Amino acid sequence: MSKLLKVTSSPHIRHEDSTRGIMLDVIIALLPAAVYGCILFGLSAALVLITTVITAVAAEALWNLALKRQQTIGDFSAVLTGLLLGMNLSSQTPLWIAAIGSVVAIIVVKQMFGGLGFNFANPAMTARIVLLVSFAGQMSNYVSPIDVVSSATPLAKETTFTLKQMFFGMHAGSIGETSSFLLIIGGVYLMLRRVIKPIIPVAFIGTVALATLIAGGDLKLALFGGGLMLGAIFMATDYVTSPTTDLGKLIFGVGCGLITFVIRQFGSLPEGVSYAILLMNILTPHINRFTLSKPFGAGEVAKQ
Amino acid sequence: MKSKNMSIFSNGIIKENPVLRLMLGTCPTLAVTTAAINGVGMGVAATIVLVCSNLVISLLRNFIPDKVRIPAFITVIAGFVSVVQMLVKAFTPSLDEALGVFLPLIVVNCIILARAEMFASKNPVLPSVLDGLGMGIGFTATLTLMGMIRELLGAGTLFGFTVTANTIDPMIIFLLPPGGFFVFGVLVAVSNAISKRQGKPVVEHLGCASCPMHSACKNAVLDSNEIPTDCQNAEKVGGNNE
Repeated sequence: MSKLLKVTSSPHIRHEDSTRGIMLDVIIALLPAAVYGCILFGLSAALVLITTVITAVAAEALWNLALKRQQTIGDFSAVLTGLLLGMNLSSQTPLWIAAIGSVVAIIVVKQMFGGLGFNFANPAMTARIVLLVSFAGQMSNYVSPIDVVSSATPLAKETTFTLKQMFFGMHAGSIGETSSFLLIIGGVYLMLRRVIKPIIPVAFIGTVALATLIAGGDLKLALFGGGLMLGAIFMATDYVTSPTTDLGKLIFGVGCGLITFVIRQFGSLPEGVSYAILLMNILTPHINRFTLSKPFGAGEVAKQ
Repeated sequence: MKSKNMSIFSNGIIKENPVLRLMLGTCPTLAVTTAAINGVGMGVAATIVLVCSNLVISLLRNFIPDKVRIPAFITVIAGFVSVVQMLVKAFTPSLDEALGVFLPLIVVNCIILARAEMFASKNPVLPSVLDGLGMGIGFTATLTLMGMIRELLGAGTLFGFTVTANTIDPMIIFLLPPGGFFVFGVLVAVSNAISKRQGKPVVEHLGCASCPMHSACKNAVLDSNEIPTDCQNAEKVGGNNE
């Protein structure tokens, strides 16, 4: 019934968009990079992705069953959360750790705060941070796709990759973050489908690029060497946890970029994208409050 | 009379558990419960101070002028904290190291001041001591439980003995502040669920009913969400939950 009858305030615009459709679009946009990650890192990467997706869906289903709520796995948001989390992990992550990550993302970050639409931070990214803090050793065990030996991600260690290698993802990293090319294609698809607006990714990536240039860092490492593309295109643009107005989105993107740059440049961690997005997620309600859009005609009456 | 004393004693353990139901003393709760033994140590130290200060404040309740009662209470409490601190330093230096600054900070522990203000300053000696003992045991039990959960999940040990550390990698986040807040929140939720199941509705008022001082306040309006303008405790309870 709730599908047919929804009482909201005017103006009323009818649109075919549904949660399910949007989630499917994002999953489609992520798939090329995910499949490429599986080819690049082999079977272990595929197993990690399968584990995170299945655990995420199972966790959501069980939670709804246990609390006798309407089943929500059909909206594919749990699939997307699992896929995003898996793509943020190294292919060498033990599967039980990946499963814990999915449970944290779905149960703790999403469902405990009220489910889809009420989570204060991006579930997949917060789960990644929880895992990173909890299992620092296993989580930073990256392998190089060329010879499958342990190696640091380009951000953690100065390397001599060419721009082409960096752009197409022939370097160590998380399963889904290495190929900037496929991630950008996915992002362009989402923008063409009008699922996301380009403001946040462009502001985020642009700020990191500008700050790196000013600081005299290596631009190709900063842009293509870490989780920047995946984070900026797919996680910072999460509807629930990013500001609603264009000005708010701009502030959000620039803030993410600045924090990422500061953590990378001055912090003790090699990568700062996930922390930057989490911090800005927390600021989102305040950004929303300060960038309220003006209702049509507001202020005119007061002058008379 | 006997059963009344008994209920005063048992109140603090479950029904009015200081940490989980009254939301008092959350700062030491979150800070020291990284290991079960720290929880026990903190709980016992606070219980000793609580019982002694309740005893003395109850004895002095007719001599302390109302206007300067808070400084007087604090002086009494600080005296006992100093005694406990010296004893801990002398006999269990490792506990002293683990509790660090939170041991002297028992002086400003909300539970102790709140029980002095709400109970000991208005009741005879025996009930006050029982109240202190009940609250102290409730505090100790909660801290120990939290410490056990965090130690088991975060370090794989229990009271220092290895349990799962060799078979499963522990989740270090449980030893860090986020893990502390998480376990605390889950325990509060569980205790709310238990009281709901027992048929006691969880108090979710905004006004005087949510104030830990309401039972001692003569201006309290319990059936409204508005705080009355003649509120006596606005400064004391204004969200400061040290």
